[in-house]
Amino acid sequence: MKPPPFAYFAPRSLDEAVKLIDEHQDDGKLLSGGQSFVPVLSLRLASPATIIDLNRVEGLGGASEMPDGGLRVRGLTRHREIELSPLVARLNPLLTGTMPHVAHVQIRNRGTTGGSCSHADPAAEMPAIALTCDADFVLTSVTGERVVPAGEFFQGVFTTALEANEILTEIRYPAWPKGRRWGFEEMARRRGDFAIVGSAVLVDFDEAGRCGAAKITIFGAGDIPLRIAEAEEMLVAKGLTPETMREAGRITSAAIEPRDDLHASADYRRDVSAVMVRRALEQTASPLRTGVAA
Amino acid sequence: MSSHKSHDIGAGTAPLIGRSLQRVEDARFVTGTGTFIDDMKVENMVHALVVRSPHAHARIGAIDTTELLAHPGIIDVFTTADIAEYAAEIPLRLAPLVGYERYLQRPFAVDKVLYVGDPVAVIVADSRYIAEDAQDLLMIDYEILPAVTDVHASAKNESILNEKAGTNVAFSYRVSEGDIEAAFAAADYTRKESFYCHRHSGVPLETRGMIASYDATATDHKLKVWGATKVPWFNRRALAKMLRMEEADIRFVETDVGGAFGIRGEFYPEDFLIPFATMRVKRPVKWIEDRREHLMAANHSREMECDLEIALSKDGDFLGLRGVFRADMGAYARTNGGVPPAKAAQFAPGPYRVGAVQMDVAGLMTNKTPIGTYRGPGRYEVNFFRERLLDLAAADLGISPVALRMKNLIPADMMPYTTGKLCPYEEPVQYDQGDYPGTLAKIAEAFDFDRMKAKVEACGQKNGKRQGVGLAVFVESGGAGPSETARIEVTPTGKIEVFTGVTAQGQGHETVLAQICSDGMGGVPFGDISIFHGDTDKLEWGFGTYHGRGVTVGGSAILLTARKLAAQLVAMAARRTNLGIEELELKDGAIRKKGAAPGEPPVMTLEALAASADDPAELKAVEKFAPANRTYTSGAHAAHVEVDVETGKVEVLRYLIVEDVGRCINPALVHGQAIGGAVQGIGATFLDELVYDAEGQLLTGSFADYLMATSNEFPEIEAITLETSLSTLNPLGAKGAGEGGIVGAGGALANAVSHALGPLGVNVTSLPLNPNNVLRMIRQATPRQAAE
Repeated sequence: MKPPPFAYFAPRSLDEAVKLIDEHQDDGKLLSGGQSFVPVLSLRLASPATIIDLNRVEGLGGASEMPDGGLRVRGLTRHREIELSPLVARLNPLLTGTMPHVAHVQIRNRGTTGGSCSHADPAAEMPAIALTCDADFVLTSVTGERVVPAGEFFQGVFTTALEANEILTEIRYPAWPKGRRWGFEEMARRRGDFAIVGSAVLVDFDEAGRCGAAKITIFGAGDIPLRIAEAEEMLVAKGLTPETMREAGRITSAAIEPRDDLHASADYRRDVSAVMVRRALEQTASPLRTGVAA
Repeated sequence: MSSHKSHDIGAGTAPLIGRSLQRVEDARFVTGTGTFIDDMKVENMVHALVVRSPHAHARIGAIDTTELLAHPGIIDVFTTADIAEYAAEIPLRLAPLVGYERYLQRPFAVDKVLYVGDPVAVIVADSRYIAEDAQDLLMIDYEILPAVTDVHASAKNESILNEKAGTNVAFSYRVSEGDIEAAFAAADYTRKESFYCHRHSGVPLETRGMIASYDATATDHKLKVWGATKVPWFNRRALAKMLRMEEADIRFVETDVGGAFGIRGEFYPEDFLIPFATMRVKRPVKWIEDRREHLMAANHSREMECDLEIALSKDGDFLGLRGVFRADMGAYARTNGGVPPAKAAQFAPGPYRVGAVQMDVAGLMTNKTPIGTYRGPGRYEVNFFRERLLDLAAADLGISPVALRMKNLIPADMMPYTTGKLCPYEEPVQYDQGDYPGTLAKIAEAFDFDRMKAKVEACGQKNGKRQGVGLAVFVESGGAGPSETARIEVTPTGKIEVFTGVTAQGQGHETVLAQICSDGMGGVPFGDISIFHGDTDKLEWGFGTYHGRGVTVGGSAILLTARKLAAQLVAMAARRTNLGIEELELKDGAIRKKGAAPGEPPVMTLEALAASADDPAELKAVEKFAPANRTYTSGAHAAHVEVDVETGKVEVLRYLIVEDVGRCINPALVHGQAIGGAVQGIGATFLDELVYDAEGQLLTGSFADYLMATSNEFPEIEAITLETSLSTLNPLGAKGAGEGGIVGAGGALANAVSHALGPLGVNVTSLPLNPNNVLRMIRQATPRQAAE
């Protein structure tokens, strides 16, 4: 469990970083928090000839408010910083509320949001949250920036829209509308483990208290996190009741194609997906699950 | 390295036995200044990599080392042909079950590999990195054979692991006491269940490792091996025999050890291969097992099936118990691999009076990592089988689980009590002193078991969750022979040095053994005592640490030696001072007049006495303690759980252990043993599992997949230590205290989960209780309605 030999670069600027990854795109890998990548190297599941360490790149971390009230989270922002940020809590309480489920404090201290999304583990929380929020991903290369919506970013297990010469520099979360509530539920073997299966939901209530929009994501139940449009539409049509929340769970179970693995069977994932969705939706009944009042 | 100065807590504090002194080891462990094997560096040292079979069962063809040897930084490679001259089998240390010896492992696989991880070559390189880089250049042809991955496939003998033996059934025997047929014929109630205990193991956080160095011209020790633990003298003897060297030419030295739990410190293939490597390359060689290797190379344990049948009278009298055990032994016979099945059968009747007992035991070879002992070998398994069956019987007969057990526990006035000869290689078991009903009464009261049971039953299902409570009662042996030796010396400055055959893997032996020595020598200041352990150069012979014998046997040897040396020093002082022996005593670290007032100057200090010695022999004593029999610790576990019936996740709301350990030397450390054991046992029941696929590939090769309990999982664990029944088998009155925390966990939790889910029709007969399995049991019992 020792990594193979590799050339190592530690650029200081984004310009330098994108040039390096452009130059080494055939056999290079980016290193951010290293919480998944370093074990992958040690187990020799990957043997890149070149590693470009982003940790010293200036300006690649931190969260800020966008002019339209949206939240900009730079790629190298540590999970722990997101968890503890009052700004994030105000602009996107779902993100804040999910953070305690992301691994352990020690890992959150080091792991980055861009690294997690670029790695695209099907059971990771960050991709699911980005998808739920309809976030945009900013990908930077020597030729400039392009913006890819979350729905197109995740393409398969450990596979994203990132080209070999691109860096995920920013995730933009749209502004949190008034009347939005959130729910998050996951089933993990131990606290901090990757989820066997989990669900993130957002429900936008109009002034009359009706469900104006719903966003339901299931993760760990397939190759990528999935939005369950049929369930979302059903909730808008029928409103949130104990019965419709159960129905949303059933629709989810039917919509996914989970796999067996060491920790749970496909049947288990199918059954428990319904439970996760229903429980996440039930959470939206609580006024605590709205945004922090501005 | 193995000696550490005790904290000085001052003189005049005797007796120390029974006091929760802080561990003297803690300071170096918590400040990161311990010396574990990977902390050691020896000049000119090179690094070894053990190349392991990627296949579960395959014939080894041509091996080509040419390309590998051409790689920069590669120093040497050797394979089975290179050790042919030496390739003796690794001997059994314990449990000589007839037939099992046919499957002994050699350092390298010969002709065939039999499990994923079977050693086939050793690469020696300038660094471990280089060795891993070059590993794929070693060309080995394999002809893949069908893998045998469970006991049923094994028993069919369609694919034979060991062609010379001609069968996969390594051993098969029956033990019995009483007339089993008559017992079942007379029974008003019988019930038979088929149980399965899953494969898991000890998994210490520090993996195995060693450094070996060889100097043919050395006059004292030609071969030195650091990293030994558990049973260094036995392992040195085995190595000497395999290498055809004199034992005296080999020195084993123990470093700090980060956990062992039975699996670390046994003689493994690497214990030959690394010393052999250093002799080939004539440079010190270091080998550190990585986690992936550890999970496939170090002993696995626990995996067995058991069909168990109980016979009761209508009043619940325990008339008979018969069982059939099928143990998955893995690919080879390891040094102590026969222990788990043999002990499971022997402990099947547990702490109960059972009219007749019959156990059929078979060990079946499979293409998986070989089996060895893990903390509470055989006991964790059989306590689950028996205690679960008792709960089923209690429910069937409408008797409370506490009452059925209480009725059948061996009463204190029947002690000592024999359960008969239930192990083919041992004399009949004789339980020593113990108040088993008292222990159960204690836990029932402390847990408020009957009331809790009624309460959770009345509660039913709330918010998709159900609660349950469960019990398991156990008896557990400790203090196995053979003897242990101690030597105690007075240094020229009047300090005390203790040399023991006991080894230390983190238990706190340096603390408790010093407590015992202090009391044995009239209160020698704790801080003046140094404990030296695990070095074959420091003591002629020792047996080591296993099976709850560190204190019971090793500590007793120290107590006897301390008393002998104390008497010797008093006699010596009497000669020097012309006072009568009967007028003097060794007290608080000096020779004093008996009855001297506090503060009165001593007759002689130990330093003065040491200076006056004509012969160094006057200042030292050696004594052995050989236990006449084993000690038996009794206890019980109680669990209160909540099961999420929609996800199958179990939360442990309360966990309590009550354990009667006889004399408790250091209550804080005994308590720590109980809690630590419980964490392992509870973790094992829900999390730990070594999983293979149908081709015999190990799927749980890292901590991402082999899940161990962390500090988050099971916070609510309590332990009560009783000193009700002092052992009469050793001068301390102590019993083993290392395994009681783990041995009841499977049983108590299976009972609690079954209690919670009983109304849904769930009967737990198989471990582990992971969410997937629990939900599957709920689904099978109540198809598709539980989630609604």
